[in-house]
Amino acid sequence: MSTPTPTIAPKFAIRESAIGTPSPAAATGAAKISVRHLNFHYGRAQALHDISLDIPERIVMALIGPSGCGKSTFLRTLNRMNDVIAGTRVEGEVTIDGRDIYAAGTDVVDLRRRVGMVFQKSNPFPKSIFDNVAYGLRINRLTASKAELAERVEQALQDAALWSEVKDRLKASALSLSGGQQQRLCIARALAIRPEVLLMDEPASALDPGATYKIEELIFELKKQYTIVIVTHNMQQAARVSDVTAFFLLGKLIEVNATEKMFTNPDEKLTEDYITGRFG
Amino acid sequence: MAIGNNHMDLHRHLDYELNELRDRVLLLGGEAERALERAMDALRERDNGIAREVLDHDDRIDQLEVEVDRLCIDIIALRQPAARDLRFVISVAKMAPVLERIADHACNIARATVDLNAEPELKPNADIQRMAEHAASMLRAALDAFTANDPAAAREVIKRDTEINDLYNQIFHNLIEMMVSEPTTATRDARLLFVAKHLERIGDYVTDICELTVYMAEAAIIKHIH
Repeated sequence: MSTPTPTIAPKFAIRESAIGTPSPAAATGAAKISVRHLNFHYGRAQALHDISLDIPERIVMALIGPSGCGKSTFLRTLNRMNDVIAGTRVEGEVTIDGRDIYAAGTDVVDLRRRVGMVFQKSNPFPKSIFDNVAYGLRINRLTASKAELAERVEQALQDAALWSEVKDRLKASALSLSGGQQQRLCIARALAIRPEVLLMDEPASALDPGATYKIEELIFELKKQYTIVIVTHNMQQAARVSDVTAFFLLGKLIEVNATEKMFTNPDEKLTEDYITGRFG
Repeated sequence: MAIGNNHMDLHRHLDYELNELRDRVLLLGGEAERALERAMDALRERDNGIAREVLDHDDRIDQLEVEVDRLCIDIIALRQPAARDLRFVISVAKMAPVLERIADHACNIARATVDLNAEPELKPNADIQRMAEHAASMLRAALDAFTANDPAAAREVIKRDTEINDLYNQIFHNLIEMMVSEPTTATRDARLLFVAKHLERIGDYVTDICELTVYMAEAAIIKHIH
């Protein structure tokens, strides 16, 4: 199947969403993350083929595509989470604020502090709510006092829209929370160390509609401060929460466009076939 | 409505519903076309029977509009269409009331016919017949362009609205002159003027249909700019 090569530069106009105007960087198309000719291999199998795209600062980019299309693999290349898998190989360039994250000497721990991640299945530690959020702050020694630690934990829980629900039981086990609360706790844990970019791999796929709504509202709020890249199988969710959508197929980037355009009049027929459910 | 268990069943079901929606709106379009033609037959032949037939049939047209509305709502709520499917459903949802209003104008022409038939016959007005033929032909061409998903043909139809407007202005001046020169026919002339106005409005509605066809095919919103 021949696939078109998408335009690299952000040709999309970022919409003014319900939470206000996008950041100046988003409006001018300045890239927070820039990917050029990225290839990724699991052993002999090539999972990503010549991916090039820019992700402007403080927008939400949704990655969509059928299972196995490479969208989660691509997401994990943005904070080198794939490094932990044996036999993988990366070619090409991924820069964040102009610095190549695959360059020799890159501090991967620092990279993952700057580029946080939330997974499909919430994975709180079997510790208290407080200790879950404080974990990254403690191991990275990011706070100077207990008071500062408590302040940062509270701020992260507030940013994750969880504070009002847990403030009276911070010492309770994180495992006592509902599924939706656990996922927001994981978001709070990621936010506590103040990343610049937040990667979300199907963060609401295991949640009921009410919990999903809260996560989506949260994404809307977080966009004011963070650049967010979210993998989702739920097309309506991509349409609701993202400013820009990228469609992957068989490891190739088929189209990246403003979400409004993507869902009303995509440029590529393959995209149209996929989002209208006529793919294959 | 029954929903299949797998992906392809869902696709087939959506396609089935979209086809059903297309059939319904085309049926509505055909009914609006027929209402206009029969109303003009009634006017030309001074036939109250045909005029009543147009009026009686309007309930069926209203019902079709409601059916199209319901189908559109169901498809949007249950299937969440995107891209070309979304544009199609939105276009049809906006087109159905336009077609229903065209039929309403045909009913108004039928009512004017009944009123005119209660009075002595006026000299036949060839311009009004010409205007009606033009409006009917535009409506037919607009529905053909929609069916064929042909934005170029829709744009051609839009251009023809000027001729309807020119004919209306000509009829307006002629009828005003007649009212002045022969005051005894003034009431009947006024009724004919209303008929011409209904036809002029139908031309505008046909333009709306064509704009929706262009949106459906190209995602381009051209209303108010041509």
